[in-house]
Amino acid sequence: MFVRLVYESFRRQKRRKVLAGAAITLGVTVATAMIAVATDIGDKINRELRTIGANLVVTPQEDSLDVEIGGVNLKPPTDGAFLSEADLPKIKGIFWHNNILGFAPMLPVSAAIQSAGKSQEVSVVGTYFAKKLSYGNEEFITGVRSLYPWWKVSGAWPDDNSHDVLLGERLASRLGKEPGQDLTAGGPSQNCGKWLRVDLACEAPSLQLRVSGILSTGGAEDDEIVAPLSVAQQILGKPDALKRVYVSALTKPEDAFGRRDPKSLSGAIYDRWYCTPYPQAIALQLTEAMSHSHAEQIRQVAQNEGAVLTRIEGLIFLITLAALFASGLAVSAAMATAIFERRTEVGLMKALGAGKLAIASIFFAEAALMALIGGAIGFGVGSALAHQIGHSIFNSQISISPVLLPVILAIAVIVTFAGSALAIRRAVSLDPVFALRGEI
Amino acid sequence: MSHQARDLAASRGHGKHPSMFLRMLLRAAVLRRGRAASALFAMVVAAAVATAMLNLYVDVQAKLQREFRNYGANIILIGKDGASLPASALSQVDSTLAGRGIAAPFALIVARTKDGQPIVVAGTDFDRVKQLDRWWSVSAWPAENPHFSQNQGDPSTSLRAGVGHPGLVGVRAMPLVSPKNQPFDLTFQGRTLQVTPAGTVQTGAAEDSRIYLSLADFTPWTGVQPSTIEVAASGSAAEVADVMHQLAQAIPAADVRPVRQIMEGEARVLGKTRATLLAAAALIILTAALCVLSTLMGWVFDRRRDFAIMKALGASERLLNGFFAAEAAALGATGALIGFVVGIGIAAWIGRANFHAAVVPRLGVLPIVLIGSMAVTLISAILPISLLRRVQPAVILRGE
Repeated sequence: MFVRLVYESFRRQKRRKVLAGAAITLGVTVATAMIAVATDIGDKINRELRTIGANLVVTPQEDSLDVEIGGVNLKPPTDGAFLSEADLPKIKGIFWHNNILGFAPMLPVSAAIQSAGKSQEVSVVGTYFAKKLSYGNEEFITGVRSLYPWWKVSGAWPDDNSHDVLLGERLASRLGKEPGQDLTAGGPSQNCGKWLRVDLACEAPSLQLRVSGILSTGGAEDDEIVAPLSVAQQILGKPDALKRVYVSALTKPEDAFGRRDPKSLSGAIYDRWYCTPYPQAIALQLTEAMSHSHAEQIRQVAQNEGAVLTRIEGLIFLITLAALFASGLAVSAAMATAIFERRTEVGLMKALGAGKLAIASIFFAEAALMALIGGAIGFGVGSALAHQIGHSIFNSQISISPVLLPVILAIAVIVTFAGSALAIRRAVSLDPVFALRGEI
Repeated sequence: MSHQARDLAASRGHGKHPSMFLRMLLRAAVLRRGRAASALFAMVVAAAVATAMLNLYVDVQAKLQREFRNYGANIILIGKDGASLPASALSQVDSTLAGRGIAAPFALIVARTKDGQPIVVAGTDFDRVKQLDRWWSVSAWPAENPHFSQNQGDPSTSLRAGVGHPGLVGVRAMPLVSPKNQPFDLTFQGRTLQVTPAGTVQTGAAEDSRIYLSLADFTPWTGVQPSTIEVAASGSAAEVADVMHQLAQAIPAADVRPVRQIMEGEARVLGKTRATLLAAAALIILTAALCVLSTLMGWVFDRRRDFAIMKALGASERLLNGFFAAEAAALGATGALIGFVVGIGIAAWIGRANFHAAVVPRLGVLPIVLIGSMAVTLISAILPISLLRRVQPAVILRGE
């Protein structure tokens, strides 16, 4: 009888059921979409912040001081210690390798460039543009093109295995070079102890380079030549050498625990520190991965992104609360209206001798059924909506895990019950006589 | 009932009676307090949520831009062709900024340590750097040299005095120049300066291998004027571009460059955050509007007996529509005003909780909320009325 009452109620009052169901569906849709966005926004914004550039840098452990003003190195490049290029793929083998979005090695050297019969000393930076590396079975592509998205090239990006280079825009206008033209570069020779001039009889080779594009960065690179790493190594005469590695990693904003000195931690606490993607923890792992190295966070980038990230996450979290509140209210309002309209029915049931409990259980059963159906549809639509938001705003996927479905359904049922409770209480306490005469 | 009917008849006899209309509106609200209050409540909540969301949407840009200024300079002034900037450059930058940002001068040279090692020494204004480069991890900032103002005219006095000049030493330079935190000598063009390490600076970048002195010590020693001014200009991208343009005009000797890295990253993150916020605001406002719609429609639908009685007594279609529309508009306006105040409160609380700064109330949001609320209430009043219009009053009154 109970089942039949509920069933018939759904069959005969389609319009009302559809209206209330639509409210529940909409509420759950908004709630699902906002929860999905809120849980993923941290990761998305973190990736956007990574476009500001590397947040970690690896340098040789026993390095001498940089004597560098405005990006121009004033020291003989042969000075000091070097890192090994062969160690680079190991960066992808650290515990947090999935958080490493990219890295680029740097090897600044000086070269004498022949231009209009004169030779000029310029600094050449060797790096990866988009180099394919492999660690184990995993292949990945890394380099400055993904690490520094604000580098603009007119012309073409050089290939990593060629003798093509990028010319900084101010240097290019000084030299009067355009993409497609050739450059002759000589390196410093250890034998001469000075910069190699091509006309001097030194043994270091001179290199034929081709300008493939003009680079504009707004920084020191505008006065430099950016070349494939192998070219800089040839100019220096040290294969496998590199001076520093810039690493872009997704990190967790530093907190009091993250700032603690790992040496003072012990056992399980150390493991917890090590296995949290704090900038310091990733730096430590990078130090371990590259031999004779020292990794450090670039504080300008690493410190500030935590602050920005926390603010945006907090904002979206508060807004998600507002969304949940609004959708809860919408569901309650719809349920209250739907039940209020059925007071004649309640009067009839009461007149026929139904108890309060019986009436309330019928209404609650109907509410639960609607919440489940509306919740399931709303979950589907909400996931699609979140997907759409992720696609149109962040150009990447916002996925919602199916684990959330029961949680969302439970919330939908609770909110629907809460919204109906007041109306149901009023309905069961109606005097059947008044209700049937339509006077309330 | 009969009293009401007589009044209505009287009003019809004497043409339009404005006070009767008002009385009906008022009585409708008072007599059905419960339903009217719940409709008003829904309206207030919807208007509050809409106000808060719109206010946040407008304000979030300013709030996040402030966060991004912690990244430091977004504009750099460099003397053309490596020359120093004119002495008045910093004050010109300050007057151009007029409080909308902070600038710090830097002068760089390569000095030699006692054992002949080259090292970069920078002169700057520590008070400004403290505000500009907040990510610098500094163990202790040097105090400004109190003797400077008297000795400015005669640089050699302060050199001869032999007082240690406080300097900020980069963490990588520290073990080289002053392993035991003792004072050390630096030589530049034959002139020696004794520096007392006041503290260390760590940034993970070039600063770590430098020594920073205050310009008051640096300039008399080296005779070198600042060649770089780093500027953190606040405001939107257009305002920053405007500041750059003004700076380029005010100081023709300088090359004014944007720090593209910071500016582009900032634009990207701001754009995406605002887009997300807009999508969320649209969803939330839509939900709130639908909540109002369903509550109000139920309310109006419940009053079909009033409607039928009025119609049976001969009220014209226009009067009926006007009555319900006026009622809805009044509800919408009241709800919007209360909701606006509540919404401003919510936005201010979110601002305080999340950004540690109050969100400025935007009065420009009020008309939008007001018009939106009234539109929603009018729709939710007119929709059931137009459904009921086709029904005979007798059918409604019989309760069918």
